Amino acid sequence: MLTNDLHVGSPRSRIDGPAKVTGQATYAAEFAAPDLAHGYIVGSSIAKGAITHIDVSAAEAVAGVLKIFTHENRPRTAWFSSSYQDQVGPPGKPFRPLYDETILYSGQPIVLVVAETFESARYAASLVRIQYAPQKHQTDLQAARHESYEPPSKRFGMAPPPARGDAVDAFGKSVLRVSQEYAIAAEYHNPMEPHATTVVWHGDDTITVHDKTQGVLNSQAYVASVFGLPKKNVRVISPFVGGGFGSGLRPQQQLFLAVMASLELKQSVRVELTREQMFSHVHRAETVNVLSLGADKDGHLNSVQHHAVAATSQFEDHQEVVVNWSGLLYKVDNASFQQDLAKLDIYTPGDMRAPGAPLGMFALESAMDELAIAADLDPLELRLRNYADADQNTGKILTSKELRACYQQGSERFGWSKRNPVPGSMREGRELIGWGMASGVWEAYMFKTSARVTVTPGGKLEIACATSDIGTGTYTILAQIGADGLGFAMADVTVKLGDTSLPAAPVQGGSWTAASAGSAVMAACETLRKKLLAAAARFPDSPLAKAKLDDIIFIAGSMVLKADPSMGVSLNDIIASCGGSAIEAEETVKPSLLKYLQYSSFAHSAVFAEVRIDEELGVIRVTRIVSAVAAGRILNPKTARSQIIGGVVWGIGMALHEEAMTDHNLGRIMNRSLAEYHVPVNADICDIDVTFVDEVDTKVSPIGVKGLGEIGIVGTAAAIANAVHHATGKRIRTLPITIDKLLA
Amino acid sequence: MLSTGNTLTRVAFTLNGVNRSVDVEPWTVLLDLLRHDLALTGTKKGCDHGQCGACTILIDGARINSCLQLAIMQEGKDIVTIEGLARDGQMHPLQQAFIDHDAFQCGYCTSGQICSGVALIVEGRAGSREEIREFMSGNICRCGAYPNIVDAIADVATHLNVSNHGATT
Repeated sequence: MLTNDLHVGSPRSRIDGPAKVTGQATYAAEFAAPDLAHGYIVGSSIAKGAITHIDVSAAEAVAGVLKIFTHENRPRTAWFSSSYQDQVGPPGKPFRPLYDETILYSGQPIVLVVAETFESARYAASLVRIQYAPQKHQTDLQAARHESYEPPSKRFGMAPPPARGDAVDAFGKSVLRVSQEYAIAAEYHNPMEPHATTVVWHGDDTITVHDKTQGVLNSQAYVASVFGLPKKNVRVISPFVGGGFGSGLRPQQQLFLAVMASLELKQSVRVELTREQMFSHVHRAETVNVLSLGADKDGHLNSVQHHAVAATSQFEDHQEVVVNWSGLLYKVDNASFQQDLAKLDIYTPGDMRAPGAPLGMFALESAMDELAIAADLDPLELRLRNYADADQNTGKILTSKELRACYQQGSERFGWSKRNPVPGSMREGRELIGWGMASGVWEAYMFKTSARVTVTPGGKLEIACATSDIGTGTYTILAQIGADGLGFAMADVTVKLGDTSLPAAPVQGGSWTAASAGSAVMAACETLRKKLLAAAARFPDSPLAKAKLDDIIFIAGSMVLKADPSMGVSLNDIIASCGGSAIEAEETVKPSLLKYLQYSSFAHSAVFAEVRIDEELGVIRVTRIVSAVAAGRILNPKTARSQIIGGVVWGIGMALHEEAMTDHNLGRIMNRSLAEYHVPVNADICDIDVTFVDEVDTKVSPIGVKGLGEIGIVGTAAAIANAVHHATGKRIRTLPITIDKLLA
Repeated sequence: MLSTGNTLTRVAFTLNGVNRSVDVEPWTVLLDLLRHDLALTGTKKGCDHGQCGACTILIDGARINSCLQLAIMQEGKDIVTIEGLARDGQMHPLQQAFIDHDAFQCGYCTSGQICSGVALIVEGRAGSREEIREFMSGNICRCGAYPNIVDAIADVATHLNVSNHGATT
């Protein structure tokens, strides 16, 4: 329980805003160090084979070059691949940079040039000559999918649910049937800040690492394990992260390379990836869904069969939750699931904003749109007819589900009732207008997290937690929780994040940080309130001598009786009575196993999209989006809205723009730049209407939060694809929907 | 052969209102000079190819991708970076508007967005939301804060006369 709700639940500007708008926020490549050396990576130009010779003579002759690292002179690092495993990696053998001559994918880092200046390193890198013995590679999912397999080791919590009923038989007996293939191109995260690591060398194998990471503790554990250092010798500090979206969950190549060079040269080293090199690592897996829906003549689902095949690397089995949603979102008694992988000569795909969900949900929500047409039903009505009140995949009770309110409020705001169901029936001038909708869903998680709250002698409140803020607003919501918890003004609260010396937190991802770190701060505030009251009660003639915690309120630096606010004790007096030092409390929260066994929790959304399409040119514009979201308690409507807007923009990118194109002859991505790999720009984005429906959930997490980072993207691409069909009558089942597909 | 020492050239320019004279190599990019040599890391490197706008600064009042400028070309120029937009300890109105409208999330594109927006208003290109969207499309925001960026720029363009603020020193 918070003692008051002045800040939590109210729109608040980001407390890190002034630093960010004045250029004072410091990102990984921006930390200074004396005698800083610069590393520049050379990547493989083939996709598979072996290095036969590396000629570094010309590069070494460049003035300022300190050392050129290859597999031939790599300093000793951990031998076994298991030492390279990180907290969130999938089953398999993690990639080991500069390990040996073997080439596993195009762009693989094979040389690091370290020089006194960035320019010298960059130039010298261009002079390195590499000879290869290439082998035949495979980078084409369509060719490799026929050798797909069920991953023998499942990634934790990501296995498909068991089949129920007899989906094949029920499909055969269904009056209405949809069975189609839905594919999504490989996408790259492309955070605006390229991955970078600055290692500050302190001597005696002790380093401070500024890494672009979504989990400082993950980077620290990786470095300690790979390089055989005690964790106390490796402090990771990353207060600001220039976008993550999942790309900073696992340690990336530049972390290994910068630390390796620093330890060997006994010098501070920075390694930054170029934008082109950002296409040589983690990405969203190219995925093909085969989805079959069977229903009775009134549109009630009888059968769902969802089979997905996703690309992975030769060395790891990356898995996401792609197919499970199809057995969860709608009531259906017969369901079967299969999630397979196909190995390609690529780097291992990884989690990218709402991993798995927009892939599987594009298939499900497109198929539901096709089923609505087959049943001659409004797409919204079809979803209401199949509304599920329980989690049929697990048989668990849902802690809350206000999706019905999302449908109702979203459709009203959009004006859905005015939709003419006939495709191509709505137009203005030469533009065809299409209205489409889809549902969104994302699991609400909470993980073990610690936080510390401190009242300082100066009358300020300090909050500390090792979690990151990758732009999600974590700094701000934690300040709000602390301010309310102990009655401080926002301006008197400081928040420290992204530092391994702070109380432990998991990587920031999966939309779990607000629920996890928020609950930890709330719990620490509760403990600190008890501590302060106990100290106040010990005062001679204390007005709070007999007060219980429920009898008092913390306000403006004091604790006072609710019944008589003139009676109280100032926090400064308490601190003085305790010897003038700060008073702190640290707490750890974790999910309840009992609740986990009984309940499951999801955030939901209803997305309504309008597209306008030039009839002759096929140019598609998204002109309106309404996203109605049910995600439990909303801590800060201002930053929450931004989270959803961001997710919607990602959904627009997935629907219309984003596609990594591989030249399968070379096994290499062709469009490795922001000019050719298209992400939405300002002119692509309309005004986006976000609404949060009321949803009270006392079970999902102590603070009642479900998380917002992912839910905005999940239904958006499908809603747009459905709108494109409504405008044109053309069903495009391969994302992105580009002009060539529309005009074909 | 890249070497150092005998190729250095002295360049003088105004940077955030202060006269600066620096010795630069002919191959040093202005963005790298700012970030590496002058410790002005508020200007960001997002692509180094003029494709993302994160490195946008103001040169003689015009918004320029500093990754496409060589340092040696800056003789006599008047350069303003994000660190130089504030006046007398007060943020530029657009900096405050970005906070008020939550026009950023991770903050990495923000310096470039703000510098671009300041020049956009002076250019008279902020007359409508459509115009702002079009002429701010050289600045990518991967967090997707675009509607809020438009709100912030429209707010400042509408309510404040900033024609004399920020675009020049």
